[in-house]
Amino acid sequence: MTVSGGETVLFWVLAPLMVLAASGLLVVRRAVHAAVCVVFVMISLAVLYVAQEAPFLGVVQVVVYTGAVMMLFLFVLMLVGVDAADSLTETIRGQRWVGLLLGLGLASVLGGVIARSTFPPPRGLAETGGVTNPVALARVVMEHYVVAMEVVGILLVTAAVAGLVLTHRRRLGAKPTQRALAEAKIAALPTGRHLSPLPAPGVYAQNNAMDTPALDHTGRPLEHSVPRVLRIRGQQREAAELLTAEETLVHRELDVPDDPVPSVGPDSSEGETR
Amino acid sequence: MELTNYLYLSVVLFALGATTVLLRRNTIVVFMGIELMLNATNLALVTFARMHGDVTGQVLAFFVMVVAAAEVVVGLAIIVTIFRARRSASVDDVNLLKS
Repeated sequence: MTVSGGETVLFWVLAPLMVLAASGLLVVRRAVHAAVCVVFVMISLAVLYVAQEAPFLGVVQVVVYTGAVMMLFLFVLMLVGVDAADSLTETIRGQRWVGLLLGLGLASVLGGVIARSTFPPPRGLAETGGVTNPVALARVVMEHYVVAMEVVGILLVTAAVAGLVLTHRRRLGAKPTQRALAEAKIAALPTGRHLSPLPAPGVYAQNNAMDTPALDHTGRPLEHSVPRVLRIRGQQREAAELLTAEETLVHRELDVPDDPVPSVGPDSSEGETR
Repeated sequence: MELTNYLYLSVVLFALGATTVLLRRNTIVVFMGIELMLNATNLALVTFARMHGDVTGQVLAFFVMVVAAAEVVVGLAIIVTIFRARRSASVDDVNLLKS
């Protein structure tokens, strides 16, 4: 069996990229970027499996690893908080260098084992009885590894139940009913609670983004019309600057001289700008 | 090209995964390092299967994938549980037995 030239090119294109992505796991700060690096490595591995006469494993790699496992990772990242950047401060002094040294030592030991051992001449999987790769795999599994297959099935069921049990949260109080919620709302009225739905963000002539507050009937901006997340992050825009920008626009369009309308403020121009 | 090049690639990926486990603090990134190590062994198994002309190596890689899937479910569930209890996903904060 000889390795084709195409496969050689594929290997030398993919292998450096894979090593680069895998070392990205060591240096990137955000966990999401690390997840993207791992996804790249896994997809490249699937390509290498297909090139190595294992098309079934290549497909399984894409379906199981990139499809299920990495998506699960991303879901957990969203639960835990995407913004959670890893702290790079060392708690154990010199841990970084010791860890790098150990990794380098592991690589050199394993590489030395491979370099010093003699392998038989590669035979390839061309003569597997004239059946396709999945059929050949199925024959081996069903002839020699039936018990292992069953045990693995039990393991998967156990893992699924364990995942359910571990992430299950018991309800501590009674579930709030609709009546209780309504009564709580009414009871909170004196503290400034609104019964009606919150007002939508403002729509201006040139701007109708979520971060611009709406104006009430007197022309004052309504703070709570901007979504709470934007307010907490401080990404809310001031109504005043928008209104002045719109006013200049109105003046230019209508060609109104500035003098006859001296009292155009945010309040009085509300009708024409909104 | 020799087939051993695949084995060297697998060794490098395995060592990078192990170093990730040793160096990173974020539990989820540490877990990704473990996944990388499992994938590297799979590559070695597939290469050995091709080298010896026997699909048993691929069957073993398949079993490794299944077990890895089960392991990920339980591991991530544990991480989520710890995060709920301690509001942190850093391995440094799980030191209840200390002090």
